[in-house]
Amino acid sequence: MASGMNFPHAELTPNAEQATDHGAAELAQRSVRVRASDVSVFYGAKQALFDVSVDIPDRAVTAFIGPSGCGKSTFLRCINRMNDTIEGARVGGKIELDGEDIYDPSLDVVELRARVGMVFQKPNPFPKSIFENVAYGPRIHGLIRTKAEAEEVVVSSLRKAGLFNEVKDRLHEPGTGLSGGQQQRLCIARAIAVGPEVILMDEPCSALDPIATAIIEELIDELRENYTIIIVTHSMQQAARVSQKTAFFHLGNLVEEGPTDKIFTNPEDKRTQDYITGRFG
Amino acid sequence: MANLDSTTTASAGTAVTAEERRQRVKKSLGARHRKERLFHGLGITAVVLALGFVAILFYDVLQRGLPAFQQAQVTVDVYFDPEVIDLGERPVQSPGQSPADYSAQLNGWLRAAALLNWNRLLETSIRTIVPEFEGDARDIAAIIDSSQRFVIRDAFTSDPSLLGQTREFSLLASADADNWLKGTIDRSLPDARQQLSADARALADDLLERGEIRFAFASHLFTNVDSRSAPASAGLAGAFMGSLYMMLIVIVLAVPIGVASAVYLEEFAPKNRLTDVIEITINNLAAVPSIVFGLLGAAVFINYFRLPLSAPLVGGLVLTLMTLPTIIIATRSSLRAVAPSLRQAALGLGASRTQMVFHHVLPITYPGILTAAIIGVAQALGETAPLLLIGMNAFVANIPSSPMDQASALPVQIYLWQGNENRNFFEARTSAAIIVLLGLMLSLNAIAIFLRSRLEKRK
Ligand SMILES: Nc1ncnc2c1ncn2[C@@H]1O[C@H](COP(=O)(O)OP(=O)(O)OP(=O)(O)O)[C@@H](O)[C@H]1O
Ligand SMILES: [Mg+2]
Repeated sequence: MASGMNFPHAELTPNAEQATDHGAAELAQRSVRVRASDVSVFYGAKQALFDVSVDIPDRAVTAFIGPSGCGKSTFLRCINRMNDTIEGARVGGKIELDGEDIYDPSLDVVELRARVGMVFQKPNPFPKSIFENVAYGPRIHGLIRTKAEAEEVVVSSLRKAGLFNEVKDRLHEPGTGLSGGQQQRLCIARAIAVGPEVILMDEPCSALDPIATAIIEELIDELRENYTIIIVTHSMQQAARVSQKTAFFHLGNLVEEGPTDKIFTNPEDKRTQDYITGRFG
Repeated sequence: MANLDSTTTASAGTAVTAEERRQRVKKSLGARHRKERLFHGLGITAVVLALGFVAILFYDVLQRGLPAFQQAQVTVDVYFDPEVIDLGERPVQSPGQSPADYSAQLNGWLRAAALLNWNRLLETSIRTIVPEFEGDARDIAAIIDSSQRFVIRDAFTSDPSLLGQTREFSLLASADADNWLKGTIDRSLPDARQQLSADARALADDLLERGEIRFAFASHLFTNVDSRSAPASAGLAGAFMGSLYMMLIVIVLAVPIGVASAVYLEEFAPKNRLTDVIEITINNLAAVPSIVFGLLGAAVFINYFRLPLSAPLVGGLVLTLMTLPTIIIATRSSLRAVAPSLRQAALGLGASRTQMVFHHVLPITYPGILTAAIIGVAQALGETAPLLLIGMNAFVANIPSSPMDQASALPVQIYLWQGNENRNFFEARTSAAIIVLLGLMLSLNAIAIFLRSRLEKRK
């Protein structure tokens, strides 16, 4: 291990090393869930992403890091085609989910988004009750029919999101009345209620305090058992703590990707090194 | 780094000491506070001015219009004199008679009844009350509204057993008598410039003194239709029904079409040249003077589709066209105000566009859409100009029984009364009609506010 590196954050080193112990080995066993090849994105005439190719491993957490405006959110939105909803956005290249091209015209985006859920940077619960927030997704996809089924899905999703005990007495009160951290966990519960295979999270903790952040990081670590998770984050520590694989973006290019421990301890590219050591200018 | 240092160490030539900086802030503070106070004052002045104008308007309208809700009414005992009512028995349908025969016979009887001199009965009644009255029959007829003899006639034809009996009636005084008694006409004017003869004026005063003429609530203002020959009995019922039909048509057509177009344009339509043109056109249509819509209505609905003149159906269609842009624009702007994060939340969960719109976007825009609809409908309710061009200013003496019948509308009625020759009488009538129209508008707005607060609470 290259030891001359100067980590700006004291806790980063032990965490990254901790990941080293099992991360790479674990990653090697995982099959590829999402495969992006030469993905480019244009907003009008402006190109925001240049030929990005990356493999996302199954049932692991992949972190996207990079300076602001480098195209992390843009790439993330390609994976469930949320870019379709942006005026003037065009996507080139190929993204496969389980070997299936998700930009195939015959593919239904509604079905895709049921398989690839998303949690946004700012908690955005519906202005409805907590129960309705969680039950809505399964209901529109025809996954629940009776009230009992709905209750079961709502309770188990809230449990998985670690929110159930806090809200069990107020399931029928508006979701907008929760605290920011609770709202974000509600949004995660809402996303997992649909039973997605992949969950995209765009800076899910950026609006939260350290304690709420810790709770969500723990949650992400648990969810990794069953879901493929892609998380965009600005926090090096967070990427090191929760992810097994990290991809570093810079100015619309994917500069480097690999096992998290390797990226954080022994990056190949100078830019990666500068960024993770906080010397980026 | 260099910038930071310069302010604290005063190394550069442009440096300012902390003291100086505080002074500058203080100086600018004074100016800012002055500006704030100025705008505060301007705002209050504007609000006071606006409220003042509204108050003046209301005061003026109420002060002119309220007297019209009270009208002089004469209480008389009418003796159904067999000598005057020289009429056979009311025909009854005999067993073998065909319905056509019977109705022909009955119509003959009714026609004969119509020809009788019912004013004679009224004259006799008045002379019984004021035995010393010297004037002639015309003076008596002049103080009772000319429609009132039909009230007596109809009472008789519907109940012929009244023959030879006496019954009390409360009859409308004529518009001229009402003017005279209310003093809306200058009492000191010479005979030649008075509407009533000296005898008739004296009789009216006499009856008022005896308590036979009283001022009572003019309920016929709401139940009668407009009348030229009997102005005292002119009412708003016809115009009200016309307006009601048009409002229903506007609500049924403009609201759903407007909201649906707005939703489509805002949420589903691709953004291209064509939709840009549509958007500009809609914005321009909202600025088109309403009378142009009247011309359009006359050309399209009446000349081309051959719909009847003066019909609330045509009026309603014209007002629908006029209201559509307002509703579309207001609905679109309330749709646009919905936070993008809500749309993302729904789409990210795999909701289809339609589900996103109908489950999440529309429900939170209901209050805005409702306001848009009510403003549109209220605007349509008060519109006059386009209706003049499709013949709704015609004099209509019936309450329309369907939107295809001829009718007038409340604002048009106001316009017609405002132009009536009998100024003294119709000035108050006009203001009364304005009060009714304003009342209707205010209740519409009240309903809107009520519904909106209910909807907002439910969220
Ligand atoms: N809707 C849009 N229209 C036009 N340009 C956009 C749009 N969204 C993003 N961009 C541009 O694309 C580039 C990448 O943006 P993106 O949001 O993916 O950055 P990011 O890496 O997520 O940044 P951050 O960390 O600040 O969220 C930026 O230059 C941005 O200005
Ligand atoms: Mg981003």
